[in-house]
Amino acid sequence: MPDVAVQPGVAEVPVLEARDLGRTYDVSRPWLQRVLSGGQRRTLRAVDGVSFALPKGKTLALVGESGCGKTTVARMSVGLLPPSAGEIHFEGEPIAVARARPGLRQRMNMIFQDPYASLNPRWRVRDIIAEPMRAFGIASTAAERRARVDALLLQVGLSPKDGEKYPHAFSGGQRQRVSIARALASGPDFLVCDEPTSALDVSVQAQILNLMRGLQDRLGLTYLFISHNLAVVRHMADLLGVMYLGRIVESGPSEAIFADPRHPYTRMLMDAVPDLEAVGRARTPVGGEVPSPINPPPGCTFHPRCPLANDRCRVEKPGHTAAGDVLVACHAVEEGRDRPR
Amino acid sequence: MSLLEVSGLVVEFPTRRGVLRALDGVSLSIAPGEVLGVVGESGAGKSLTGAAVIGLLEPPGRIAAGEIRLAGERIDRLRPAKMRAIRGRRIGAIFQDPLTTLDPLYTVGRQLTETMQAHLRLTDSEARARAIGWLQEVGIPAAADRLDAYPHEFSGGMRQRVVIALALCAEPQLVIADEPTTALDVSIQAQIIALLRRLASGHGTAVMLITHDMGVIAETADRVAVMYAGRVAEVGPVREVVHHPAHPYTDGLMASIPSLEHRSVRLRQIDGSMPRPGALPPGCPFNPRCPKVFARCLTEQPDLLPAGATQAACWLHDPRSVAQTQALHA
Repeated sequence: MPDVAVQPGVAEVPVLEARDLGRTYDVSRPWLQRVLSGGQRRTLRAVDGVSFALPKGKTLALVGESGCGKTTVARMSVGLLPPSAGEIHFEGEPIAVARARPGLRQRMNMIFQDPYASLNPRWRVRDIIAEPMRAFGIASTAAERRARVDALLLQVGLSPKDGEKYPHAFSGGQRQRVSIARALASGPDFLVCDEPTSALDVSVQAQILNLMRGLQDRLGLTYLFISHNLAVVRHMADLLGVMYLGRIVESGPSEAIFADPRHPYTRMLMDAVPDLEAVGRARTPVGGEVPSPINPPPGCTFHPRCPLANDRCRVEKPGHTAAGDVLVACHAVEEGRDRPR
Repeated sequence: MSLLEVSGLVVEFPTRRGVLRALDGVSLSIAPGEVLGVVGESGAGKSLTGAAVIGLLEPPGRIAAGEIRLAGERIDRLRPAKMRAIRGRRIGAIFQDPLTTLDPLYTVGRQLTETMQAHLRLTDSEARARAIGWLQEVGIPAAADRLDAYPHEFSGGMRQRVVIALALCAEPQLVIADEPTTALDVSIQAQIIALLRRLASGHGTAVMLITHDMGVIAETADRVAVMYAGRVAEVGPVREVVHHPAHPYTDGLMASIPSLEHRSVRLRQIDGSMPRPGALPPGCPFNPRCPKVFARCLTEQPDLLPAGATQAACWLHDPRSVAQTQALHA
């Protein structure tokens, strides 16, 4: 069982643990059309055999291109979607059970990508932030709630009088601060952040990333961080999982993977990111595109684009091989032919 | 001589609450075969600059002052019919979303041949042969078979290749590429950037590459113009602007980009956000966020001044203000 993050000898229960997690979507045509013009049921395997463990106070980042299943994992992690295979546990309890218990439910929350869509435009910011407190019955009197909202606004770098405004009065970065304040309102210790800065400009992105790191240090938060941006992930993550077509292809301590990426896909991804250091750099981009998850290639799903693919890769799905602290799902790494001698 | 010369361009939007000045004195130039990156945060006016050049400003936006010259000829005051003849023929455009650029009801081949025949004198069979050639050139496998496919039959990256072929097929002198890779995944983005770069240098086409992604600029552009609040804050060779920024805004922008090479505890951030057009502070528009602000910045607006190898719109680079700053920071 590939347990990404649990170091031997650490007995602490991870905040979040996924075991062989899978999720399929039914993408068949409607029943009547299937009957009339033929055609089979079709399923899309969005997430397949994903396992990880996220210890308290750490950040696990899932990175990958669109359609790799990272958002599906995020939604399953807070119980917004039931898994179709495998299990996901929050502090040792299955997520469905944990969600039904208010005491546990209020300890997890989510920050969404689009700060324009995730705040109700007709509510004052004060009410938006107070809503989770009302829902969980925290801070029973209005005065108490008010004081808590003021404290939260200050905590995310806004001022208490901003609470009287409506979301439209704020810029994208300030709205994301409001989302963070709302996410913190129920006093959670686990936050799922789904692309929290990809709708923001870089200078504002830096503000939000700094804020999130600062809050983590101060409040001991645990983050599941979803992003397609490797540089952002590098800045935030302690642990990293690289996803491709619904599977984690490489996982382990973030520093180790960035220092020495082993999976050919990870290497390709890191190579593809345009970087400031690369002024005028000429390079040969890797060809090909991500295949459709409805009809993924057999064997290792990366083989059509992989420079190291051989006959075994085309038929046999790779398991996870340990390479140092890092787990890699690649036959070439397992056989030791990923490096030229 | 430069191919495109924009000088003192002012674009205004009349609104009920008065006239909003969205571009305020933008000047830039592009030489044949050169890639000029235009970078900035959302609302800085980079897309508007591109739209003004191809004559596609959304009404009620209008050019209130300044001029745009293509190969010496003024194009900012042409009648719509004349501008239409230039657009596509002499200036091509690539936009962010390939699905909205391509017509879903026509085959890719039809769109290519139609574009070419609108601008070049070609027979049907010549146009078809050239269309196949272009699809091959932008790297679409089995180009002859794919000519009769519809846009929805292509993947996102392939569609953007078709859009590039469409923009280049009438062999324009200038291509305006507005966020051409923003909708694409990183691995595809790298392919498209390399393609654009190769085609531009191969055909001697000048490219105005508009993007918010400094990494893309660093890899593709020869020179870069950094825009802030409707003005050019700094312009110069890419290497200089990235590694030795002269404007405090450029400096902050570069430092706020997380790096793949190393991990820092804290990113440097520029506090606050860019002012909206209509709510600009007096003096330099960057002064509320600037770490090096001094008295003159609050009252006078700087124009582009020589600053080492680049030009920056910042009073720090005016010899007359050196004494003032020293007095302030002493």
